[in-house]
Amino acid sequence: MIENIVSVELPVHENLVIKKKRIMPKGLDSKALSKCPRISIVTGIHGDELDGQYIIYELIRHMNMHEDDLKGIIDIYPCVNPLGLDSGYRGIPMFDLDMNRVFPGMSNGAFAEYVAANLINDIIGSDMCLDIHSSNKFIKEMLQVRLNDDNEEKLLPYAKTLNADFVWVYSSLPVREATLSYSLNHLGVPTMVVEMGVGNRISKSYCKQLFEGILNLLKEVGVFKGNTLPVKEPIVSKEGEVTFISAKDSGLFVPNIENLGEIKAGDYIGDIIEPIEGRILQHLESPVDGIIFTIREHPVVYKGALLCRIYHKD
Amino acid sequence: MVKETVFSLKGLYREDFKIEAYRFGHGDKSAAIVGSLRGNEMQQLYICSQLVKTLKYLEAHGAITHNHEIVVIPSANSFSMNIEKRFWAIDNQDINRQFPGDAYGDTTKQIANAIFERVKGYSYGIQFASFYMPGDFIPHVRIMEAGQQSPSLATLFGLPYVIIRKPKPMDTVTLNYNWQMNGTSSFSIYTNSTDLIDEASARQAVSSVLRFLTRMGILKYNNHSGYIASITNEDDLMAVKSETAGFYKRLKNPGDFCAHDEVIAEILDPHEGEIKAKIKSPTEGIVFFAHTAPMVLGDEVVYKILRRMHE
Repeated sequence: MIENIVSVELPVHENLVIKKKRIMPKGLDSKALSKCPRISIVTGIHGDELDGQYIIYELIRHMNMHEDDLKGIIDIYPCVNPLGLDSGYRGIPMFDLDMNRVFPGMSNGAFAEYVAANLINDIIGSDMCLDIHSSNKFIKEMLQVRLNDDNEEKLLPYAKTLNADFVWVYSSLPVREATLSYSLNHLGVPTMVVEMGVGNRISKSYCKQLFEGILNLLKEVGVFKGNTLPVKEPIVSKEGEVTFISAKDSGLFVPNIENLGEIKAGDYIGDIIEPIEGRILQHLESPVDGIIFTIREHPVVYKGALLCRIYHKD
Repeated sequence: MVKETVFSLKGLYREDFKIEAYRFGHGDKSAAIVGSLRGNEMQQLYICSQLVKTLKYLEAHGAITHNHEIVVIPSANSFSMNIEKRFWAIDNQDINRQFPGDAYGDTTKQIANAIFERVKGYSYGIQFASFYMPGDFIPHVRIMEAGQQSPSLATLFGLPYVIIRKPKPMDTVTLNYNWQMNGTSSFSIYTNSTDLIDEASARQAVSSVLRFLTRMGILKYNNHSGYIASITNEDDLMAVKSETAGFYKRLKNPGDFCAHDEVIAEILDPHEGEIKAKIKSPTEGIVFFAHTAPMVLGDEVVYKILRRMHE
């Protein structure tokens, strides 16, 4: 069942419509359905994050083939920023706004706040929510689940079911208060954020990996009883276990590593170069043994730009 | 006047990015003033430029009171302004969503940190701000209800209105909010323009700041007393929505009175030109905010009205 949760008329003969696909067990009346567990899956808050599209395609296709294994409701919000996604733009195009900075929104507010409030209201009542992201065009991420440390106790067991390589538990930052996940957790819907890959692309292997994890999560929360594959035991990183390496100068970052993963102290990560002078401005080697789970993708950097993040146990 | 560089950043091929501050007087850190944090805030930069010009003149004529220091940062985002972009030139981050900043964080966090380190610790913080909705305001002072706010001080700018805003999650990373959290009495001044220069309201903004600094004993200056401001909570402004989408014909301007049920806007079909909707005022009062763009969405806030307020 596909329904429109928000519809706003655009100036010239078009409507902005945010859709929800509901997948539910067949043959149950509304009273029985209301007792079923319900999980919400949100993608496309940022228009340049596309992995979620492939994941929900796989998920819906799978559920179409295994209808009898469904024991609860899956609400899929495939694209909550359709104008951004259809125009290849990260934010909401007309207002140049990051949609993940306007939650919980306000039903009587400006356009973005109105849309945000409608989305939140529709999700409330879910037993769990998963918010799928694909970094941005500047940074490549390993498949990871991100949790705020306020929710660690409640959500870490579920995060481990998602077949992610990595679970990053971090402390609250003020800006995150205006995100969908912070707002939903605050309003009583346990919500996890998944990050993976890089903006404007589909990283098919990560999508397949997370798809298996989502099936596993659905089973864990009692929504699905079909077959699932064994999932990875993720590395769990807590405060103080992540080293950030940033650009010390403006220039062009040329990475030396192809893949994210294990790294040894002293391994060559890349250089920031100044092409016109033919010189290296910053030579980067890993300061620790660990797992490199974030790497700069867009070469042009200014001082302070994040180049990589490395998880290390000590 | 002393000109300082607060922050600099080497460009790959562009000339260096610099944030410059202008310091007047010396002694106690009395007032810090910040102009455009976004690349489209032309009016805010223009106001600061006029303020710098005036303060330079006043300082040369001994009009800054002994033991008071004023600092002005006219522009914090010339890199974006020069390429007609609103947010940070490369990654589109909003500097006014990065406060208090981080000296070791991303570029925009480092910028916010450098600004905040320079302007914190002053008794009064004044920012010329802009709103994210396309529209015009009645010139006003806005303060956040973050625990340290002082509406009575805000009235001393002599602008017609003081608006008190309950901070939303997204406000907690703004300069105004962080100033207040750090013990500075902070005020945002809104005029009725952002992307274009409105000379009259720019003059009004400059005068209001000079008036405030004079009343705080920081300047010796003689100017008009301004308005006895009305203080209103932002939540008490009545939002009027567009109902339908199309060409937008605004019939009222900020400051105009509108009667209950009076037609205050028309929305026209963009192809056939017929009137699709007439927007009526749901209350009587003064128009505080009015949408400006030529077109409008179907459920967009087009007016905010100060209810039961009369001229």
